[in-house]
Amino acid sequence: MPFSDVPSIEAVKLSKRYNSFVAVSELNLKIEGAKCVGFLGPNGAGKTTTLKMFTDLIRASSGEALINGINVHTNKKAALASVAALIETPEIYPSLTPREALTMIAEVRGVPATEIKKRIEEAVLEVHMNEWIDKRVGKFSKGMKQRICIASALLSDPRILLLDEPTNGLDPRGMSEVRDIVKSLRSKKRLIFMSSHLLSEVSDVCDEVAMIDHGKLIVYDTISNVTSKFSGGNNVVEVGLVRPVDSKIVVKTIAAFPGVINAEKIDDKSLKISFNGGLDVQERLLNDIVKLNIGVISYKAASSELEEAYLKLITATL
Amino acid sequence: MTETNFESKNSVPTSIAQVGTITKYALLDYLRGRRFFIMLIITALISVLLTVLVGYYRPDAFLLSNLTFYNSWWGTSVTFVVVLSAIFFGGDAISGEFQNKTGYFGVPNPIRRSSIYVGKWLAAFIASAVMLGIFTVVTVGNGLYYFSSIPYQFGESFLFALFYLVAVLGFTFFFSSLFKSSSMSILVTAILFLFVFTLLNELIVLLVKIEPWFLINYGANIIGSVLMSPYPPHETTTTGVGFRGQPTTTTTFYASIPEGLAIMGIYFAITAVVGLILFERKEFN
Repeated sequence: MPFSDVPSIEAVKLSKRYNSFVAVSELNLKIEGAKCVGFLGPNGAGKTTTLKMFTDLIRASSGEALINGINVHTNKKAALASVAALIETPEIYPSLTPREALTMIAEVRGVPATEIKKRIEEAVLEVHMNEWIDKRVGKFSKGMKQRICIASALLSDPRILLLDEPTNGLDPRGMSEVRDIVKSLRSKKRLIFMSSHLLSEVSDVCDEVAMIDHGKLIVYDTISNVTSKFSGGNNVVEVGLVRPVDSKIVVKTIAAFPGVINAEKIDDKSLKISFNGGLDVQERLLNDIVKLNIGVISYKAASSELEEAYLKLITATL
Repeated sequence: MTETNFESKNSVPTSIAQVGTITKYALLDYLRGRRFFIMLIITALISVLLTVLVGYYRPDAFLLSNLTFYNSWWGTSVTFVVVLSAIFFGGDAISGEFQNKTGYFGVPNPIRRSSIYVGKWLAAFIASAVMLGIFTVVTVGNGLYYFSSIPYQFGESFLFALFYLVAVLGFTFFFSSLFKSSSMSILVTAILFLFVFTLLNELIVLLVKIEPWFLINYGANIIGSVLMSPYPPHETTTTGVGFRGQPTTTTTFYASIPEGLAIMGIYFAITAVVGLILFERKEFN
């Protein structure tokens, strides 16, 4: 049995066909090491299909899905031993409580009996469902169930996480909390492969990105490489103001802030600022603008480098 | 009891242990569900109805002897309890994993699909056996009230009923694996067991005049036959005047105990294995 200290997932000429429709076409992708990789693509591109082939939910028409070098189809138990997956929005047996449902998963995954209670309580606390731990799942909302499913993924302290749009169905606070969980897992040296429609989420959480369209891999690289190759290199925010702003402040002061490439007025009460850098730069920029006391009432990302790269790459394949 | 897994801090349990886990929690889900409660009411209704009818009317067919009591009470009703329980607990056991998306919670774990299948089958069997147990207790209670003893044949009949439950559950799991829609799998199984098999049995015996050894309900007749003394052989009767003045000959077929067990066993083996293969191959789309 192949063995490696470095967690890895690999698609080798992985294909999935439904009669004449090709959902995934000879996908070759190897992800190795502790990192977070965003899996991007339009609806129907083959993201979920790929993740399902890695988790035995569907069978590949040809090719192999390998986890730590082990074929998922031929040796599922060994392949998924160190993997936790959250695909779509799973349902839980409605008569069970989160504690029972999570105990079932913990037992199936071989979490030591002496640790099950503690791990469940920690996982449930992490997804802020501790008040509901002994209530029946049948009455939970979609978001609450999604949180429990995320808790189930954390239970066995997996080395690899396969997440299919993990913030889907969650409210904004829930989305933010899930991102924080993913970030904390990334810092614990886990391999996270996460599909998402939210480019801001991917650029916030992930180190690398794989883009897929029409079942074919378009690009797989670090986010910085992808954005530098395929975008103009700018992030753009729009700032709404409560009162007209002096053009001099825009052109001289704001344009001179660190990271800012260009600042211009859209109209008297709104600005468009292009900058280089990630969310940390975006946050600092907001603080700096607020300190100018020019009446900021809104601040939102208009586009990002990743979005620009995404649109360029995906459009090119249409 | 564990398979060594070098790549995780946890040791993934053996498939047998995982079957136990799935059985435990699927059973818990059954026992707390509305369906269990409804089946409980149906079983109670059948039991109460029989108790009241026999107590009030005291029919000869029931009270002629110890054995006729069990044959009339148990032999005629228990297959209905078995079939209904199997449909209630097994009808959508597998199709529900697809339609209700519960499969997305369990399947992407280090567990074979066969362990999930067997675990759910055992849970459905135990839940159905509870119903059978309740009906048995009521039957025996009434039997003791009227005759103060239990014939040994009832023990055999009880075991045959359990075996019939095994066979019917194999069948329900087959249809549950065949369809992704819960209502479809429940409906098809119910129609087959409550109408089609009975109708086929009648038509084959009356029109084709052959022993319907290939029908599961024919095999299940041993549940009632064993409560008859002596054990009934095939019986041919000639009645009245039939077509063109010829007498009409009717044969009543009784499966022998080995035949009955073989029929039920073969039904179970084939449907359970095919059902498992279907579940192994079915995709969560």
